[in-house]
Amino acid sequence: MGTSTTVKTKFELKMGVATREAYGQALAELGKTNPNVVVLDADLAKSTYSAKFEKQFPERFFTCGIAEANMVGIASGLALSGKIPFASSFAVFLCDKGYDQLRMCVAYPHVNAKFCGSHGGISIGEDGPSQMAIEDYALMCALPGFTVLVPSDEFSGRALVKAMAEHSGPIYMRTGRPKAPIIYGAEDSFQIGRAKVHGTGNDVAIIACGLLVAQALIAQSQLEDEGISARVIDMHTLKPLDEPAVARAARECGAIVTAEEHVLEGGLGSLVAKAVALSTPVPMEFVGIQNTFAESGAPDQLMEKYGLTASNVVSAVKRVLKRK
Amino acid sequence: MTDRTAPSVDELKRIARRMRVNLVRMIGAAGSGHPGGSLSEVELLIALYFRVMRHDAKNPNLPDRDRFILSKGHGCPALYATYAEAGYIDSALLNTLRKLGSPLQGHPDKRILPILETSTGSLGQGLSIGIGTALAAKLDKRDYHTFVMVGDGEVQEGQNWEAAMFAGFHKLANLTCIVDNNRQQLDGFVKDILDPAPLAEKFRAFGWFAVEVDGHDFEQVIPALEEARTGKAGKPTAIVAHTIKGKGVSFMENNPEWHGIAPKPEQVQAAVQELEAAVV
Repeated sequence: MGTSTTVKTKFELKMGVATREAYGQALAELGKTNPNVVVLDADLAKSTYSAKFEKQFPERFFTCGIAEANMVGIASGLALSGKIPFASSFAVFLCDKGYDQLRMCVAYPHVNAKFCGSHGGISIGEDGPSQMAIEDYALMCALPGFTVLVPSDEFSGRALVKAMAEHSGPIYMRTGRPKAPIIYGAEDSFQIGRAKVHGTGNDVAIIACGLLVAQALIAQSQLEDEGISARVIDMHTLKPLDEPAVARAARECGAIVTAEEHVLEGGLGSLVAKAVALSTPVPMEFVGIQNTFAESGAPDQLMEKYGLTASNVVSAVKRVLKRK
Repeated sequence: MTDRTAPSVDELKRIARRMRVNLVRMIGAAGSGHPGGSLSEVELLIALYFRVMRHDAKNPNLPDRDRFILSKGHGCPALYATYAEAGYIDSALLNTLRKLGSPLQGHPDKRILPILETSTGSLGQGLSIGIGTALAAKLDKRDYHTFVMVGDGEVQEGQNWEAAMFAGFHKLANLTCIVDNNRQQLDGFVKDILDPAPLAEKFRAFGWFAVEVDGHDFEQVIPALEEARTGKAGKPTAIVAHTIKGKGVSFMENNPEWHGIAPKPEQVQAAVQELEAAVV
């Protein structure tokens, strides 16, 4: 995978569009350049933003109704026939209802089909836990041969959707519902499996994905004011994990905090812990959802209540530094 | 297949007998497997591969080949035996069934046997995949047809009905679902476990053209498959093929015990004797 790329630090919070909207924008762009791209949805096209593709390429869009298992199977058949299907729904419905199909029809024959689960995590807010995917990428990382992506902002989202189309093999992308702070620009490039490293701090490394990358960057600034130098690693690709970036972080920083909007079991923290254990064992702390379903509420309230903010990252850094 | 080379029904019957002998022997040699549901689908597979489907064993990736998806993946010994008869694989491979390193895995595995359209084995999924290949044919303006074979126990899986609803609604005339209606499943008779009958009526209610045939009678099976392949119904076709699980081996017929166990050597010998003695 080569070395991870380092980008400028000093984070300013400026809102962009949601990663789910970036997905739809990128699909509509892909439709113009790649006639093999076809899109499927399970009655959530307006929410996943696949409707942006439908509007421009109705003949290449298949609405499957509320039937995720069938949709995944159809995507497999399209891929077996040379199409590049992108199938989307809420992450919890796509991954949980479609899991046997993702396993049998997609991962096992290793077909070139792409999937996007929107509304990842608890930041969807008021709709509550039945709609919140908190275990989706653990499930997807467990499927042999699957590539798993979690973009952190609209720029990384759009770039990674394009990378999905160019990559051969099954891929899952998780997107989020709320607007996401802008981290990158149009000039930044993204490669599957190659993390983005923010800053060169070497007291601690904060490895995050999705919305927690922005929180990690806020934490980085706060820590800097306290004289703690942190590097932030945007692990947009969970699988294959950028193990060299993790190993270097462990070696150079000697302490790692992971941060994610997902249960800790089988999530980013688990994947990083394995890579750390296999390279340079160092103390770790984990920010994530603690073995619980969330509840209805405003997204910001939920992120605070369930411990997924910059201040939770700062606290975890202070805990891990004591163990260094 | 072209009409010029199409074997006669008498020849097809001889192929069927040879395949049944091969099936019993290969499952016996494997020491495990599913003889009942393999023996029930023999005529359906032969009709497809020797009379109905457009395919070429010398060019298995022919873009316009008709697609066949064995959704009831446990019936794969019959598909492997068909591949051998049709010239896709060497008959010598059949006795490697289920052995380490064999391309003839316990359930179909496209990674190791690329001539398969896909891997199957978790019931209920083949029809959805077939919808995908049928939609791709329409997008690419190709005239190949997709045939999917499911079991009558398998249709208890709800995904079949999601797929049936989709295919009927979209009038996918280039898709055919063949139900190997052998009336048994692992735990016993389908009618006692969860009866999906009347199947043809159910498919019709989902917008399909549906016919019922004797699944062991080539004179009924071939015309039904050929008609389905024309797509003239303007909608997908379901062929409910009434079959006998364990067909041709009297001690296996209509005995659910033979869903998923292999015959012992003396049982293989008895079965082969019976099959070879039968008048075709």
